[in-house]
Amino acid sequence: MLLIRCPYCEEERPELEFRNAGEAHIARPSNIAATSDEDFEKFFFIRSNPKGIIFERWRHMHGCARFFNAVRDTVSDKFVMTYKAGEPKPDLAAIAESGPAAWANRPPDQLNVKKPAAKRKTIKKGEA
Amino acid sequence: MLDHGRHEHPDWLWRSPEPRTGYDAIIVGAGGHGLATAYYLAERHGMTDVAVLDRGWLGGGNMGRNTTIIRSNYLYDESAGIYDHALKLWDGLSQDLNYNVMYSARGVMMLAHNVHDIQVLKRHVHANRLNGIDNEWLTPEQAKEFCPPLNISRDARYPVVGASLQRRGGTARHDAVAWGYARAASARGVHIIQNCEVTGIKRAAGGQVTGVETSKGSIGAKKIGVVAAGHSSVIMNMAGIRMPLESYPLQALVSEPVKPVFPCVVMSNTVHAYISQSDKGELVIGAGTDQYISYSQTGGLHILNHTLDAICEMFPMFTRMKMLRSWGGIVDVTPDRSPILAKTPVKGLYVNCGWGTGGFKATPGSGNVFAHTIARDEPHPINAPFTIERFRTGRLIDEAAAAAVAH
Amino acid sequence: MAANYRISGHGRLAQAKTARFSFDGRSFAGVQGDTLASALLANGVHLVGRSFKYHRPRGILSAGAEEPNALVQIVRDAARKTPNVRATVQELYDGLTAHSQNRWPSLAFDIGAASDRAGGMFSAGFYYKTFMWPKAAWKAFYEPRIRAAAGLGVAPDQPDPDHYASRFAHCDVLVLGGGAAGIAAALAAAETGVRVILCDEQAEFGGALRFEAGASVDGANGWAWAQATVAKLAAMDNVRVLPRTTAFGYYAQNFVGLVERISDHLARPGDGLPRERLWQVRAKRVILATGSIERHMVFADNDRPGVMLASAARTYLNHYGVAVGRNVGVYTANDTAYAAAIDLKKAGVNIAAIVDLRDNPSSPAVDEARALGIEVNHGRAVIRAGGKLRVSSMTIQPKTGGGERTIPVDALLMSSGWTPSVHLFSQSRGKVAFDDATKRFLPGSYAQDCVSVGACNGTDDLTATVDEAYAAGEKAARDFGGKAVKSLRPKAVSTESFAGNMLGAGPGAGLDKPVKAFVDFQNDVTAKDIRLAVKEGMRSIEHVKRFTTTGMATDQGKTSNMHGLAIAAETLGKEIPEVGLTTFRAPYTPVTFGAIVNHGRGALFDPTRKTATHAWAEAHGAVVEDVGQWKRAWYFPKAGEDMHAAVNRECVTVRKSAGLFDASTLGKIEVVGPDAAKFMELLYTNPWEKLDSGRCRYGIMLREDGFIYDDGVVGRLAPDRFHVTTTTGGAARVMNHMEDYLQTEFPHLNVWLTSISEQWAVIAVQGPNSRKIIEPLAEGIDMSDEAMPHMSVREGKICGVPTRLFRMSFTGDRGFEVNVPADYGLAVWEALWAEGQKHGACAYGTETMHVLRAEKGYIIVGQDTDGTVTPNDTGLDWAVGKKKTDFVGIRGLTRPDLAAPGRKQLVGLKTKDPKIVLEEGAQIVADPKQPVSMKMIGHVTSSYWSENCGRSIAMALVADGRAMMGKTLYVPMPNSVIEVEVCSPVFFDEKGGRLNG
Repeated sequence: MLLIRCPYCEEERPELEFRNAGEAHIARPSNIAATSDEDFEKFFFIRSNPKGIIFERWRHMHGCARFFNAVRDTVSDKFVMTYKAGEPKPDLAAIAESGPAAWANRPPDQLNVKKPAAKRKTIKKGEA
Repeated sequence: MLDHGRHEHPDWLWRSPEPRTGYDAIIVGAGGHGLATAYYLAERHGMTDVAVLDRGWLGGGNMGRNTTIIRSNYLYDESAGIYDHALKLWDGLSQDLNYNVMYSARGVMMLAHNVHDIQVLKRHVHANRLNGIDNEWLTPEQAKEFCPPLNISRDARYPVVGASLQRRGGTARHDAVAWGYARAASARGVHIIQNCEVTGIKRAAGGQVTGVETSKGSIGAKKIGVVAAGHSSVIMNMAGIRMPLESYPLQALVSEPVKPVFPCVVMSNTVHAYISQSDKGELVIGAGTDQYISYSQTGGLHILNHTLDAICEMFPMFTRMKMLRSWGGIVDVTPDRSPILAKTPVKGLYVNCGWGTGGFKATPGSGNVFAHTIARDEPHPINAPFTIERFRTGRLIDEAAAAAVAH
Repeated sequence: MAANYRISGHGRLAQAKTARFSFDGRSFAGVQGDTLASALLANGVHLVGRSFKYHRPRGILSAGAEEPNALVQIVRDAARKTPNVRATVQELYDGLTAHSQNRWPSLAFDIGAASDRAGGMFSAGFYYKTFMWPKAAWKAFYEPRIRAAAGLGVAPDQPDPDHYASRFAHCDVLVLGGGAAGIAAALAAAETGVRVILCDEQAEFGGALRFEAGASVDGANGWAWAQATVAKLAAMDNVRVLPRTTAFGYYAQNFVGLVERISDHLARPGDGLPRERLWQVRAKRVILATGSIERHMVFADNDRPGVMLASAARTYLNHYGVAVGRNVGVYTANDTAYAAAIDLKKAGVNIAAIVDLRDNPSSPAVDEARALGIEVNHGRAVIRAGGKLRVSSMTIQPKTGGGERTIPVDALLMSSGWTPSVHLFSQSRGKVAFDDATKRFLPGSYAQDCVSVGACNGTDDLTATVDEAYAAGEKAARDFGGKAVKSLRPKAVSTESFAGNMLGAGPGAGLDKPVKAFVDFQNDVTAKDIRLAVKEGMRSIEHVKRFTTTGMATDQGKTSNMHGLAIAAETLGKEIPEVGLTTFRAPYTPVTFGAIVNHGRGALFDPTRKTATHAWAEAHGAVVEDVGQWKRAWYFPKAGEDMHAAVNRECVTVRKSAGLFDASTLGKIEVVGPDAAKFMELLYTNPWEKLDSGRCRYGIMLREDGFIYDDGVVGRLAPDRFHVTTTTGGAARVMNHMEDYLQTEFPHLNVWLTSISEQWAVIAVQGPNSRKIIEPLAEGIDMSDEAMPHMSVREGKICGVPTRLFRMSFTGDRGFEVNVPADYGLAVWEALWAEGQKHGACAYGTETMHVLRAEKGYIIVGQDTDGTVTPNDTGLDWAVGKKKTDFVGIRGLTRPDLAAPGRKQLVGLKTKDPKIVLEEGAQIVADPKQPVSMKMIGHVTSSYWSENCGRSIAMALVADGRAMMGKTLYVPMPNSVIEVEVCSPVFFDEKGGRLNG
């Protein structure tokens, strides 16, 4: 079960709250009645179906009910990012490094690498 | 009898040759459909200068991951045509290939749980009968007689109110099908080249195909048949063709093996489950697809959860059974849930894809008519309706829509 | 009297607590804390099962979850029979009843074992080459026999009375495996306050400390340290400790499935206790401390009962106080088996000899064995085990060949080294890497936030394991905000090392030898089978696995996979990594369906939706049907009525007087906002801008491809407010469809969508007397025809509660739909019912609703349409706004095939014999005499007996149907052909006068 960050709720929630809604950034032609058969086929039937990075739509069905977009790797199922509907298609190069920490690749030899205790949050007893 | 088996076989199943510089035809994808295509090219069309390429090992994609259900009781004439063509070939395939594919005509029963299901299944029964395809209607009691573990209690959450039964339907051993075709094709001179990933499709100035680029180098071909379920979009993109396909994870599972307890195949669209028992004793259970596009060959636990809910609802004695193994495949799904078996806009390029969750049952029929399409450069009448262009014209073969939705 | 192999003074079980049990009808005594396996061994019983294919007698190989042989059927009562239970995992309880499997007539004398003697014929893949001729014999003869021979235990034949539980959990650190590594990791993390879950498949934590007698941690005995530390962890608020809990599946984003066995070890579980519990855990980090599994040696007849893993024998001795024999042989290629020999020797068991494949083994363990006077044969192999139902000897030979020597034994311990348990790591999509120096696969690159520690990470000694694991726990704690604490890193001491590996078949199991040297015990796969598979052309381990079925048994190859791989690689002349490792798939060990299903059974399989009047309907005798998740009243039979009679009466009553029908299941959506009409214009084919407030319109919704998606009556309550109804099945998807367009395609429109399906109960009052029934109860609504014509909507009150009163008809008679807040649905229904009684009205269900609408030719989306039907096909072209330039589906409708001639069109059908009611779904042909395959030109979508029409009526989709009015068509049935005449789909009151009647 995937863990998906809703860009409206600004938190990660389990996949069961969401409904996938297919490929993103396929705009309905503004003058759809005048499109050719070929263009209509492209709009409604043809899909990128990429092996790799996909831009796709999700709906936070059992949450805020908003549709939003996601960038995900269809080989690893890792989410690169999610963003609100209507926002421009992100530039992949710029976001390559920003995947959620849960997917970080930590080989065992880095196990005890000392890192600055930057954003350490104290947890009170009982919060655990 | 046993001697027949023991002495007429070569001591190898298939050869693993190095690729030649070129072939009359290359089949991309050594799954069941691809191997069957190669076999029928050699056997029926005299084309033996054929190579089947696969990025992994033969039969290692959906062919090795499906739940082996065979049936032909589809609604539309077009679907019934191709699936029944396959079913007729299944019956006799062991003898054709001289390899026991363990086709077991144990009957496929599809359950109705409400009035709407009855309408849909009866529409199938009537259409099948007039198409000469066996499919009969059973009362709940008859269904239980045919499949004793079935729960037909009126108190079930979704009681069984009837069923359709195709007695010729059943299962086969999926590995044996792939190996039988591979062996028979190899014996007829077809090259099966494994671990050879196609990375490009080469085309001449005129547009026609000239060969493929692969991880084992460039290989020439006059004709290329793409039969790469799970990767159809990826391969077709190499020829500049964008497909009306989406690829989803599909999971399945088996139980621990037990003594024979389940005599047939049971499917239920309403509670979303299908189940049979393999000749090894495992209950073979198909789950649904995950909701998102993925090439990961894995899916979520909640999908299996839902499937087993349904199985245990229909067969309450199975809750103490144990899941032994689960796995995932990648299914290419078309907008109308029917396959594409056709010539393409690129000369010399043919495509066989989009079987969704149901490709295994079509293996012999699909390979047979696809070989015809490649050899003759024109579709066989059976696969003529399964064009790419139908999405432009709207002439869909919409089996899924025909099942409709509950009102 | 059973033999007693329990050694007093050994093991950790309290001898006083006896547990009686039976195996194959014989009664035995064990001790609480035993497993079934240890209890059987304590009684000298080694023979416990038969193998899958050859029905070879089998004993107990292991002391854990990797067990391939000792599978039994556990029977609590008639409904609680569990097949294929590993005796090495099943905890003993007083009264336990077990049976051996896959044998007939008895375990000691099994007819099926004939296949063992015919073994040459039954080699790998033999099925595929045989049993084909003659063709008919396969189905009639061979297949049933093959199937009867397959399978191990017997499936339960009654519904399971036990129940299963489920929990979701979140934590910072999930530690999988509770041996020394897991405990140390959990301890390090737990002390800092982060949330920790620690689980282990065994009843007690400790892992290899169970048998590793010489280990100590912080000066204490290793096992004692483990128990004390886990007790301490269990007492901490931030730690959850789960014994008897197997991590079976590692899914995306650190989502791990655990199954906890709660009551299978109890003599009397009690009614309240679930049998198992599924845990679905989302962890920030997973620490894999899954240990390693000892492998057997591959030599001839290595499957005889009494031949077992060295560590298992040691576990039985050191934990359970059971000697696995009195005269024990040892065959090894590493040091750990020496420890077993030493422990047994010290406990007074004779060690017949140690046979070590290595030429010059040298280690403290070897020295100690020799010092104890144990005969150590190095550079030698066991080439054969003697005995049948129990091992009786081992035959040894220098590994370079030469003289054989047979040594009597009653148990034979073996070890070829330890396989790191990378199953869960691999499931996490991490990539394993082959470590050539130690000949094993270890975690390579990671795909998720997890880390491997201890034996599963290739760490061979206890001191390093504890250090590594503790560091991993500390690191996780730092990463997730644990508080700073003084490190309490335990100091572990052990002289043992788990290093040393030997893979593949030993001497004596060579290519040329016609012997059965088992690689995979349960599936009866021998070294020879694997070599044969390679010779037949298999180049991939996946093919070898599937061809031979090695690694596919219930133990999933935990002891056999590496041997199989090594033999395949050797035969191919390739390195092991080139042949590949098969994928590890969930579950790690088999998981009970019930645990996965847990609460999702019976009524909780799927939510059940009931309307406000459901109880009333049941009290009034309604028969209920399932419609999606809804339970709907189907018909209301009176005493003595069958469905037919009840529906006929209801149909007539509605048209004669009136009827009440609960239509609450219809979907209802409120479309509100300044741009509401614009939005409706885009989502429906109809024009909406000019619809007056207070009026209604029948709307059709298409998908973008032009096919009918839904329909329903829409009332305009105000210029900026529409009350939209959908079909029952369409409620959720229509809402989703609208939201999708509003949020993503038409976000410029100022509109809000609100689902109000659950908020309004809907009571349809239909029939000539409908107004008379409602009027006395309504307040503030003028219901006259002038003030409230057909297809209008008014807001007011009824019975003192707010109502949206629609005048609309799905029967063709005067009709109303009374919307009231759902909480008042029943009260208003009862009030209307009381009024209705004055007029002889009836309650009616979905069947009568269907018949009445069919009499009028009104379609039901999903029944008369199927997702391939356009408005024109159903004769609803009038509902498509001709002047509109855009609506969803406008372009799809003009695609060539949707505009082409010959499409199927909705028509009525009258059977020539008015008494014949067609079957819904029946197919229609023009020529009934044609042979199959017939050309079918349409099918029956709706068909009923109409008491009001005095005949049967039907609707059908027929190619070019509207051009065929009056023509005769045919419906071929199995035993007859039914003649039908094509007609208008309106069978009753064609002029529509009754709407105001």
